[in-house]
Amino acid sequence: MPTAIPEDSVGIVEPQIARFDTPLELACGRTLDSYELIYETYGTLNAERSNAVLICHALSGTHHAAGYHSMDDRKPGWWDAYIGPGKCIDTHKFFVVCLNNLGGCNGSTGPTSINPETGTTYGPDFPVMTVPDWVESQRRLSDYLQIDVWAAIIGGSLGGMQALQWSIHHPERMRNTAVIAAAPRLTAQNIAFNEVARQAIMSDPEFHNGRYAEHNTLPRQGLRLARMVGHITYLSEDSMGSKFGRDLRTDKINYGYDVEFQVESYLRYQGDMFSGSFDANTYLLMTKALDYYDPSAEFNGKLSDAVARARSHFLVISFSTDWRFSPARSEEIVNALTEAGKNVCYACIESPHGHDAFLIPNERYEAIFSAFMNRVADQTAGGVS
Amino acid sequence: MSLNRPDLKIIQEWVNPNDRVLDLGCGNGELLSYLQQHKQVHGYGLEIDPAKITTCVSRGVNVIEQNLDDGLSNFKDQSYDLVVMTQALQALRRPDLMLEEMLRVGKECIVTFPNFAYWRCRFYLALKGEMPVSKSLPHTWYDTPNIHLSTFRDFEQLCKDRQFRILDRAVGNSEHETHWATRIWPNLFGELAIYRVTR
Repeated sequence: MPTAIPEDSVGIVEPQIARFDTPLELACGRTLDSYELIYETYGTLNAERSNAVLICHALSGTHHAAGYHSMDDRKPGWWDAYIGPGKCIDTHKFFVVCLNNLGGCNGSTGPTSINPETGTTYGPDFPVMTVPDWVESQRRLSDYLQIDVWAAIIGGSLGGMQALQWSIHHPERMRNTAVIAAAPRLTAQNIAFNEVARQAIMSDPEFHNGRYAEHNTLPRQGLRLARMVGHITYLSEDSMGSKFGRDLRTDKINYGYDVEFQVESYLRYQGDMFSGSFDANTYLLMTKALDYYDPSAEFNGKLSDAVARARSHFLVISFSTDWRFSPARSEEIVNALTEAGKNVCYACIESPHGHDAFLIPNERYEAIFSAFMNRVADQTAGGVS
Repeated sequence: MSLNRPDLKIIQEWVNPNDRVLDLGCGNGELLSYLQQHKQVHGYGLEIDPAKITTCVSRGVNVIEQNLDDGLSNFKDQSYDLVVMTQALQALRRPDLMLEEMLRVGKECIVTFPNFAYWRCRFYLALKGEMPVSKSLPHTWYDTPNIHLSTFRDFEQLCKDRQFRILDRAVGNSEHETHWATRIWPNLFGELAIYRVTR
């Protein structure tokens, strides 16, 4: 809990809800007749409405990217290190918008919402979402907020995929794109990890084919396992090693199957925290959206053709020890952009923190991210192009 | 804005408007920034120094973090009009292979490097019996990044062996010497070698 709000925080923030009644056609062939998106904003929209920045969230992210909901909050929003007054995404300069994606479980319409057709929760009947579906819903949120052109659209990991998709699909509605710790599509290994997570959830006896809410239960154990597997892929071997090594919880080995190593205890804790706060159907849906994403699919696998329509300036960032989306995956995006003759800057940031590095303070990451955002701000102010 | 480095001043004269330019070891992006504004080129710089990469981002130069010793395999054949490398050739593991790569990716290439046969270097070595240390070669032998020092004549021999055509040659001097002798005996009086090469 913050005893006082830090000076470089956006402070106490309050989520807002936008309701949409125009049917949204989805990639899966189904339609959502109406839905709500929950979002937060930080900073002030200027008179020209030209300083808006959209933040897209990752697998388990939410609309709460920065600040605190109350003085009782244990932690600020998930990207508070990078959003706030004087920070990389400077709320003195930008009007920042972050939403919870459709299919989420933090306030936007998703599996835990009531299906108007049945009067009960959607559960497994909520349609499977794709990155392009999300981008379309975000495009509608832009219209709702009367933002014609985003100064920048930014995302890390799965959020980076949304930012990339925006640049391809709505090039006229954005000036800059930051794609951080992302990949242009998943590898077989990435999909395999997601499948293990899904199987963990679906094989939990409390899953009930996704209708656990109707049975007044939760597939906690499955979700916990899914998160434990996922969490391993977010960290690097080095960071796990330096954080836990082979440290034991007690001073000796017990030759049993209870928690003995500190790393086991940590993973169980992470799993417990997550399974108490996240919806299993949402987790399944999010991993599917990841698996399906491939902007090059319509272009015979040529990513450079897929990005040919993009107009924005790109910043692509990877992290040296990220093995979930390794630097080589970011470089695929960079190579496609250079081949297509797009404006792009790329840096691979030295960090021990694996995939999670995009969320963690890092001097070099902050320097280059700030340099890019300062350019964005200069354009917004009508300066250099 | 204007260019500070004498080699860059000469190079920019050899660049055509609207060229697609790849600058290997682009540093702070000085050349690309100038060429973008004055020649409307579209270019990318490759660099590995974190602070220089950030400076490039700040001045709106497209910069890509890439180690030149890893090659240019991510760039397609003949995809650039011009590939430039200023004062980096001598620091690479295999300058000859890099030149091949530059001419695979670009229609032309421009390279600059310190001339080790410059009279001051010769004097230093001859009289002091020590590896030359100068303004253009500021490092001591044990910590220098310049592992493949060469001369005008060495370079021209390499071009002959590999059948590269030399389109232009210029001489750069840190003290802006414009002595007639540098044109006649560049290998002796030229501090910096500047070449424009094609296949």
